[in-house]
Amino acid sequence: MSTASTSALLVATDLRKSYGPTAALAGASVTVRAGEILAVMGPSGSGKSTLLHCLAGIVRPDAGTITYAGRDLTAMSDVDRSALRRSEFGFVFQFGQLIPELTCLENVALPLRLAGVRRREAERRARAWLAQLEVEDVADKLPGTISGGQGQRVAVARSLVTGPRVIFADEPTGALDSLNGEKVMVLLTQAARDTGAAVVLVTHEPRVAAYADREIVVRDGVVHDRLAQAQAQALERVA
Amino acid sequence: MSVAHTFLGLLESQPRHGYDLKRTYDEAFSPERPLAYGQVYATLARLLKNGLIVVDGVEPGGGPERKRYAITEAGIADVQAWLSQPERPEPYLHNVLYTKVVVALLTGRSATEILDVQRTEHLRLMRELTRRKSSGDLTDQLICDHALFHLEADLRWLELTADRLDDLRARVQRSIQRDDSRPASPRPTTRDNPARRANS
Repeated sequence: MSTASTSALLVATDLRKSYGPTAALAGASVTVRAGEILAVMGPSGSGKSTLLHCLAGIVRPDAGTITYAGRDLTAMSDVDRSALRRSEFGFVFQFGQLIPELTCLENVALPLRLAGVRRREAERRARAWLAQLEVEDVADKLPGTISGGQGQRVAVARSLVTGPRVIFADEPTGALDSLNGEKVMVLLTQAARDTGAAVVLVTHEPRVAAYADREIVVRDGVVHDRLAQAQAQALERVA
Repeated sequence: MSVAHTFLGLLESQPRHGYDLKRTYDEAFSPERPLAYGQVYATLARLLKNGLIVVDGVEPGGGPERKRYAITEAGIADVQAWLSQPERPEPYLHNVLYTKVVVALLTGRSATEILDVQRTEHLRLMRELTRRKSSGDLTDQLICDHALFHLEADLRWLELTADRLDDLRARVQRSIQRDDSRPASPRPTTRDNPARRANS
């Protein structure tokens, strides 16, 4: 068995998902390996965000299977999938993800509080992550009073606070200027590598995708994975 | 840009005379800088010598004979190898990539595949630059930023081209149909075409 298959953490096979008459995914397959940073590229409307939502257990595909660490995500109840998302996955979106009524510290501590961690301990860990993302000084501020770049770093801190094995990032720099986007990517990828978390990074920006270890392209709801193609061709040659 | 490979691609789509090759090449790929006849016939002579094309027929006439060229199996393999090989990312790459895409469409190959191969190569270099940037000083960062923005511009062009493939395919098909229905090409005079005397 190859190294890639032994370290496969999240495996989606032949995913199909339609919204009304529109097929968002038309047989998409992808493997995310433990600790890798995978960029998911593709034009608008190609199905890349739907793929991310399926992989993360937010959206249930119409057909196909998804296994996470050997567990069949598609066969789980909604309650079990929610629990898995809270404990194993982290999320960073383009914007609108911080709760405006909570301070930045409370936002970052929230996933731990939901998991039953006591307030003092949750806030201690949250503060450490804010420091890691170099935004400790905004801990007591409300999200509406800080800059977009700071807000995105707070969101990254929140995605990491539970020690997830996979971080799903959907256009995490989409609303930022080049320098702030770069800062977010450097901190996000560094933190992921330090903790061994895999990152599934949906982006249409090549400079952002260049922070990943490899890329796949989604086109018309199908995944084009040149690495997988090359491996399959090599196997055929051996056979 | 590889004139020889482009000629092979054009000959794979259909056998052509030397003059037709030049005219199609100039119209499709180099309207600003038409090929010199000397280059056309020197290229054909080299392709013949290497067994990548053969003379498919000769039409006698009042002037010099008109040779019709056809691609060989070895020539088709050469086109395939050229199309499959990504280009080294460098400035003004669009000329050769555009040519590859049109040749792929002309010969019924996947143009998307060519763009995907090139995207992979560009991103490989961008990853390398991103790594260099993260471990370098400010000067390194600025130099890498410059290269990264240029590579990104290339990639955006690739994406847009991929989105426009249907239009491009329709245009290429129209030009093939026009070629098929066009009467025999006017023969250039020897004054226009001194190379013909040496090469035909």
